[in-house]
This record gives sequence, structure tokens and C-alpha cells, in this order.
Amino acid sequence: MSKDEQLLVQMQNVSKNFSVTRALDNVNFELKAGEVHALMGENGAGKSTLMKILAGVHIADEGKIFIRGKEVKVEDPSAAKKLGIAFIHQELSIVPNMTVAENLALGNEPQTKWRFLDRKKIYDEAIEKIARVRAPIDPSELMGNLSLGTQQILEIARAISMNAQILILDEPTAALSSFESNLLFELIEEIRKSGAGLIYISHRMEEVWNLADRVTVFRDGQLVATTNKNQLTPDQVIKQMIGRDVKDLYVRNNRILGDVVLKVENLGNGLKIGPINLEIRAGEVLGLYGLIGAGRTEITRLIYGADKIATGSMRISGNLVKFKSPRDAIDEGIAFVPEDRKIQGLFALMTLSDNIIIASLARFVQLGFLALRNIAKAVDTQFKNLSIRASSVEQIVGELSGGNQQKVLLARGLQTNPKVLILDEPTRGVDIGSKNEIYKIIDSLTKEGTAVLMVSSDLPEVLGMSDRILVIRDGVVVKELLAGEANEENVILFSSGLASV
Amino acid sequence: MMSKETVSTKSLTKRQIVDEIFVKWGIYIALLLLVILMALIAPNFFSIKNGLNIAQAVSINAVVASGMTVVILTAGIDLSVGSIVAASGVATVLLLNGGVPTAIAALVAILVGALIGLINGAIIAYLALPAFIVTLGALTYTRGIAYSMHGGPVQIAGESGIESIGNGSIGGIPMPVFIMIFVYWFFWFLLERTKFGRHVYAVGGNPQAARLSGIDVKKVLMSVYVISGVTAGLAGLMFASRVRSGQVTAGVGYELDAITAVILGGTSLFGGRGRIFGTLIGALLIGVLSNGLVLLGVPIYTQLMIKGGVIILAVAIDTLRSKR
Repeated sequence: MSKDEQLLVQMQNVSKNFSVTRALDNVNFELKAGEVHALMGENGAGKSTLMKILAGVHIADEGKIFIRGKEVKVEDPSAAKKLGIAFIHQELSIVPNMTVAENLALGNEPQTKWRFLDRKKIYDEAIEKIARVRAPIDPSELMGNLSLGTQQILEIARAISMNAQILILDEPTAALSSFESNLLFELIEEIRKSGAGLIYISHRMEEVWNLADRVTVFRDGQLVATTNKNQLTPDQVIKQMIGRDVKDLYVRNNRILGDVVLKVENLGNGLKIGPINLEIRAGEVLGLYGLIGAGRTEITRLIYGADKIATGSMRISGNLVKFKSPRDAIDEGIAFVPEDRKIQGLFALMTLSDNIIIASLARFVQLGFLALRNIAKAVDTQFKNLSIRASSVEQIVGELSGGNQQKVLLARGLQTNPKVLILDEPTRGVDIGSKNEIYKIIDSLTKEGTAVLMVSSDLPEVLGMSDRILVIRDGVVVKELLAGEANEENVILFSSGLASV
Repeated sequence: MMSKETVSTKSLTKRQIVDEIFVKWGIYIALLLLVILMALIAPNFFSIKNGLNIAQAVSINAVVASGMTVVILTAGIDLSVGSIVAASGVATVLLLNGGVPTAIAALVAILVGALIGLINGAIIAYLALPAFIVTLGALTYTRGIAYSMHGGPVQIAGESGIESIGNGSIGGIPMPVFIMIFVYWFFWFLLERTKFGRHVYAVGGNPQAARLSGIDVKKVLMSVYVISGVTAGLAGLMFASRVRSGQVTAGVGYELDAITAVILGGTSLFGGRGRIFGTLIGALLIGVLSNGLVLLGVPIYTQLMIKGGVIILAVAIDTLRSKR
């Protein structure tokens, strides 16, 4: 086999633009047979985009793709399938209302002589496919009844059964239990031995170190480096990912704390959340850390008036408050930037200006009409202060990059002159440069006396920015740590319940 | 290291400029082209008199469509407007004949529409039932209300001045056209220059985000159906005045004509996108097309086929354009 043919995949000089954003810039990537090749990088760095191009979901603006030395054009996902490429997404493409067997046969259903569905064959083939992944699954079980992890394993089983030689796994263990993760790792070993190649996109350093042969790091649309795992350290990877030393990324200058602005007592929603006791002072950054499902977002939604409070009370600057809706919270000085900016935050079809001002319109009404000039002035100020990058304030917000969209939502919250600013995953899907800018903004807010309540699953971010950290588990605060005493180890221990409080 | 984002201050590509022009002015261009086409091939088309004819012919539909625009901007729909046209017209005429002062009787037309709109809006906003079904029900029972008020057509008895609404004119321009223009300016102000207008677009664009931004989504939703009812009531008044009678069978199919005008005008059925004057252009597009086809002597069945084709074509172009 020539050197070129040993390379399952070669992507040369690939570039891709989305509107004004350069998502990929002249990327050169390759995958060897029998290799597990890890892709790492911040959200939006380009790793998913490159893989989507390989899988036919997007088409590159420039560049060539070679499969086993032969140049190909991957026009759409079915072309990718024919080339033996399988993309196991984070969002699975399964049909919950069909059985496991039917799902495994999806798109390739065997037919009897009379063109009817051969149900027996579907069932039998399912048994074979499941056997190959060695998971104890009943083929007649409804797909929707199985856990996410099991569904994922079955999706891989389906890919293998269609003779995929190039498998792309996107954050495969994000929702798996440790038992399921181990099943997955064994499966990956088997696949690798069979000569197929695996591309493994993950944020989890430990897994990457266990599985990968080579690690490729992306940053801001560029491929920073491809290195053999044993010639690389995790610290070096982080440095490649963020382009600077970690300590330069976060901003926490000497903070002078004022009085308690928000005091929450025995707050609960009557179900899994609560009782919660917390307080936050003016000029303070309070970090809320916890694993997925710990209830952090739910807690903030109670504080912010988005969900109904069943028990407990809240005080703002000492005064008892009761919120029936987010409007009440905004009027009392609580602003909120939600977790999922696309679904809960942005009005994608409206302008930057509208998005910024939408929560504060009442202040700009004169004689029944909107005072457009005052609005323009206010929006312009936000635009400059937050360094929002767009062609103008009239640009449609859906066209902006993730980082700038996040800044728009930040501006919306700031426009309401809040005493407390609640941020839920403030830098998710945001490029490095914008992250640093957002951290600077948060820090400068504290200087003006704003209290910032920050929910984040980015541990370094929480550690880097917070004055105090509340670790959340199962809907309650399990531990409070000051900046000086918190570190990666103890935060993780408390959040996973492995440390006694 | 190169920044990931390019700051495009003046660097809009040619394609983006063309796109922008299409988005903003596409329907105006289409109307202009259609007018030119008809002027060239249809006899007696290009005259002020015919122009006013067209404006008057579309005025009632345009008024209904204005309220419909506001509803559709919230991703809703109001199928009851046609029946409201009938019920409000009949109610007004009955009152007039019963000796009620003209101004009050005219106001009642509006109130009938507002009431049905309020019921629609309350159910849709607070009980979270689908607008399609709720207003479909209203379409049926409001027609029933019209019938129950008076079994058949009822002529306006005597002189009451109300006929001038549908038949009068000022300076040669028919009254209905004035009303139409006034209504559209009013809605332009409402949608573009008031807090409520911003809220309508926000609720239509992303109801979740709207609520989290402090907007009373339910109140906005209820309000838009009241608005639609009011414009339908006004249209009912205009119609009754024009034909000088209350007709129980009035308004059949008006909801479809209104929706057509709204869609042609570029407003998205999914909410959050669209301009009020687009609807006016949409209504005029249909009006010019119909008028031209009549002047050309095209039989009615063929007219319907052409109109249907135009609607599909318009939506196809719009969809392809927004998929770029």
C-alpha cells in the first residue's frame, strides 16, 4: 500500500465562510487507517465545521478532499455514506417511536420477494449488529425507551453495519454514564483494530489521552497543530486551544465588595430544586458550578421570575420582592442572559438595535411613540462599550458571530441598568478573543457596583472569574468556596458528590 | 494571527447588495413591472380613472389585510374576519334602521369586530389553543350570529349619511381609498414607532426570548386578535355602506384574500418578519392583476388559475430568496 493509500482521509487547503465569518482558513488534515485522531478546540473553533464538510453536510468554499488517495467531492450526506464516512452527531438521528431493529435498518430496509418489508430479516440482522457492539439490547425495544448512551452505541452499530470505514464521533461521551462510556471505548478499540479510522471530537482531556493516537487542535478557524499524543502535554493543548497562557484569559482585578444586593432564602420550585440559600454583594462575581442536570439554570430561572417559586423568599437590597414574570424581575433590577442564546435570547430576524433595546423600551416612550434618537444614542453607546463587531447597529443579529451575539444579549441586560446581572454560560460557543473581551466587561461591571451571578460548566472560567463559587448538585448548594480555596480538584469532587460536605 | 471575523463596514459583496434590494423593494418592483405589463397589453388600463377603480376595488380587502398582517406577524392567523365583515355590517344596518344615530351605529360595527377578536385572542393567548382552530370556529359561529340577527339581506332605510363611507369621495378620490390609506399609516406608526409594535415583532420572532425580555406575551397575543377583529369590523362597515345594505352572506372568502395579500407582501407566516406597506402592495398586486385580466377579457376561470399560480410563484421566490 502506498503512503497515500494508507491515509484514509486527506483534506487539503480547506476553507469555509459563513456570511462574514471565516469558519475555516486553509486547513490541512489527514486520518490514517487504524488511527484514533482527536480534534480539540473551543466551540466555534472549526472542528465541527471541518467534519461537517467531510460528512457532506456543508460544502467547502476552497480545498480538496481525498479518500484513500483518490480525490472526491462530498456533495451531500448520502454521498458521504457511500464513501464509507459516518458522522455520529451529538444530536442523534434516530426515530424514537420505532424499535431498535427498525432503526438499525433505517434507509437499508430488506424487502421480501413481493416488495414487502422483511420483518424477520430486520430482526435477525439487528441481532447481528448488536452482537458486534456487544451491548445487551433487545432489538424489539422502542428506541425512545433506551438511554441516550445506548442510543448512541446503536447509532455507531448502524454505521459499522453499513461498512463505514471513517467514523466521526462528536462529543460521544457527553451524555454517557461511566458504564456506557467504557462500552464505547471497547467498541472504539475493536473498530480501530479492524482498520477503520476514527475522528474523535471531545473537550475531555482524560478521554483523549486514553484513546487518541494524534491530537489536532483548532483555534478560530485555523488548524494550530497536529501532534502525536505522546509528544504532547495537556497544558500544551490548552495553550494551543486558547492561544495564550490561561492566566491571561480571565480577568479578576481587586474587587471591592459592597452591601448584599440579593438575598435568597429557602428558594425552591417544589420539585427537584431547593431549598436554596444564597446572597450576593455589589461588585461581586458569584460563580455557580455544577454538572449537567445539577439544576443551576433552574435556580437562576426561579430568581429571575421565569419559573414559579413554590417555597422561599427573595430580598433585593433588603426589600422583599415577589416576581410573577421576568418583567417584574427586570423592573426590580435583575437582568438575565439565558443559556441558549439562539432559542431563548436572540430575535434572529431583528436588528442589533432592536435586540439591545427590547427589554428597556418603556424608558424610551415619549407621548406614546418611541424616541428613536434616544434609542439610537443608547444603542450606540452599548455598541462601542462592548466592542460589538457588526457592519452597523441595523445589521440583522442572526448574521453575527457567536461572540458578538453574546455581547448583544449582554448589552440588552446592561441596558436595563441592573443591580444583579445573571449570566448563564456566558461564553459558550464564543471565540477566544471575544471571551477575553466579555471577561473584561464583566470585571469592569463589578467596578461599577453591579453584582454578577455566573452559571458556568467551564471550570477554568468559573475559577478564573469568581470571587466565590457555589457548587450545585441535585438542585441544592452543596458547598461554598472562596476564590482562594477553590481549585479544580475540590470543585469537581463536590460537584460529583465524591466529597463529603 | 488573523481574526476570525471580518469587519464588513463597506465591503458588502455585490450579491449581498442585490439581496438587500430584493428584500426591501422586491414587491414594489414586482408591482411596477406588472403595472407596466398591463399598461402595454390591456386596453384602457393606464388611466387615473382605472387606477382609482383598482384602489377602490382593493380597499376593503386591504383594510382586512392590515389587521391580518399584525396577527400573522405573531405567527398567528385569523380565519374569522370574513364572518365578522358580515356580522358587523348586518348589526350596523339593523341599528340604523332602528333609529340609532349614524355615528353610534358605525361604532358598533367596530365593536362587534373587537368583541369577536377579544374572544379569539383570549382563548388563543390564555388557553394556548391553536389560532387556526379557534378562529375557524369563530368563522362558523360568527356567521351564525349574523344569520341570527337577520335571516336575509336588510336594506338601509332612508338617508343616514352612512352611505358616504362606501360611496362618497373627496376631491375625486373615493372615501374607501382614504380610509385604506389612513388605516395603513396608522398601522405603520403602530408597528414601527411604538413599544407595542416592537413587542409584536419580538413575540412573532421568538416568544420564549420575548417573555424573558420582560414582554407580556399573552397580552400582546390577545391584542393582535382584537386588532384584526376591529379592522374586519371596519371593513364590514365599508362594505355595508357601499352596497347600502347589511348582507348576511358578505365576506365569504375574505380571510383567504387577506392572507394572500399579506403573503404576497412579504410577511412570513412563521412570524417576526414583514412590513405593513408590503401588505398594501400585495393587495394592489392582486387588484392590478384582476383588473388587467378583466380588461383583457380573460374568462373568470382562467383568472382564478392565473391568480393561484401567481401566489405560488410569489411564495416560491420568497422562500428561495430567504434560503440563501
